[in-house]
Amino acid sequence: MTAVDPIDALTYPAARGGCPFAPPPAYQEALEQRPVTRISLWDGSRAWLVTRHEDVRAVMGDRRFSADARKPGFPFLSDGRRELAAQNPSFIRMDDPEHARFRRMLTGDFIIKRVEALRPAIQRIVDGFLDEMTSHHPPADLVAEFALPVPSLVICMLLGVPYQDHAYFQERSRILLRNHSTAAQVRRARDELSDYLQELAKRKELEPDEHIISKLIARGDLTREEVAGMSLLLLVAGHETTANMTALSTLALLRDPAQLARLREDPTLIKGAVEELLRFLSIVQGGTLRVAVESAEIGGTTIEAGEGVICMLSTANRDSSVFATPEALDVGRDARRHVAFGFGVHQCLGQPLARLELQIALETLIRRLPDLRLAVPFEDVRFRTDTAVHGLEELPVTW
Amino acid sequence: MRVSVDPGRCCSSGQCVTAVPEVFDQSEDDGVVLLIQPEPPADLRSAVRTAAAICPGRAITVHEP
Repeated sequence: MTAVDPIDALTYPAARGGCPFAPPPAYQEALEQRPVTRISLWDGSRAWLVTRHEDVRAVMGDRRFSADARKPGFPFLSDGRRELAAQNPSFIRMDDPEHARFRRMLTGDFIIKRVEALRPAIQRIVDGFLDEMTSHHPPADLVAEFALPVPSLVICMLLGVPYQDHAYFQERSRILLRNHSTAAQVRRARDELSDYLQELAKRKELEPDEHIISKLIARGDLTREEVAGMSLLLLVAGHETTANMTALSTLALLRDPAQLARLREDPTLIKGAVEELLRFLSIVQGGTLRVAVESAEIGGTTIEAGEGVICMLSTANRDSSVFATPEALDVGRDARRHVAFGFGVHQCLGQPLARLELQIALETLIRRLPDLRLAVPFEDVRFRTDTAVHGLEELPVTW
Repeated sequence: MRVSVDPGRCCSSGQCVTAVPEVFDQSEDDGVVLLIQPEPPADLRSAVRTAAAICPGRAITVHEP
């Protein structure tokens, strides 16, 4: 045997380094030295790791790279994720035209004007949870009392899911997103959520309302299983991501008082600040997955049909050829070229909603709690390292 | 500057509408791009270039003389 090839040394997931907001140093190093490189996965299989902004956009905007997990060679990040992706896939794991058919049933609910019309309702929800949190003495866990309940209630309202059941679906969403969940745990959590949503769909067949689940049923061309599957996707994606972004954004701003002060002095910066936080935090830490269905050249490297690709969004968002001093959080920069929501036809469907929720939640938090600060040393804040979506276990704050 | 859009490539992200609402809109049904001003005035051109650059479906083409 020869010495270990350094190319083989790169593994998923790589450990994060000193800065808990930054991508793992090994991926950052790949960005600088081997932008398209081999990576070993949990089961010993190999995939390509693509790290540059331009190359990530090239893969994700190219139909020669499939999002369909049933295609041979598709890379899975764990046993549980294989279970989730390969069985009864939702449209995020389909290619066009199949994918577009389902996606276009939902895009009307996420057009900018319609989402913007939700502003007063979201503001009321944000104020309501802040009222509740500040009605008791500090400290409080900002994750449990604010960051998670806000998007959870918003997505329940849009779908027509009873919020009182939140503990049931939050717990199961977490299992679905956790890297170490076994295939059996994932199957069970998914089946329970699916059963719950099918029961709900059944009730709405008799008593329809004006929300998304009822609208999907009213189309008449979807089975109850398909309605439940699409609802499950929206329910899981709709609260875990925004919740983690809210908590991590708050922490990142508390950690960088100069940036927080700029935002406090000039609240009109909030829209740009949210784009910058999306870039800086890039919470989809596993990246996005594709498999080549034809051979294609990316960044000077040929990727053959049947080879898996991991597009590392977090390094693409710290590519210095696109973002100057990418390691710095700068709420005044124009960060709109970030790929935190992905790129191409699969780019996040709910992004206008996520943006609006983040803008309102952060602006309100900063305005209403001018003395907001950590209730524990920064070093003691517990990050979630074992999930598809980066986040915090809890965020103890005082005010 | 002349702008054209390809609705077949549009994935309804709405980022063009956010970037330049004077030039782009979305269909009420499925959010697909609608072009309001194919020849944007000078003060909007930089925003139109940004909209084209961030469009996830590469559905916006900017023709500059």
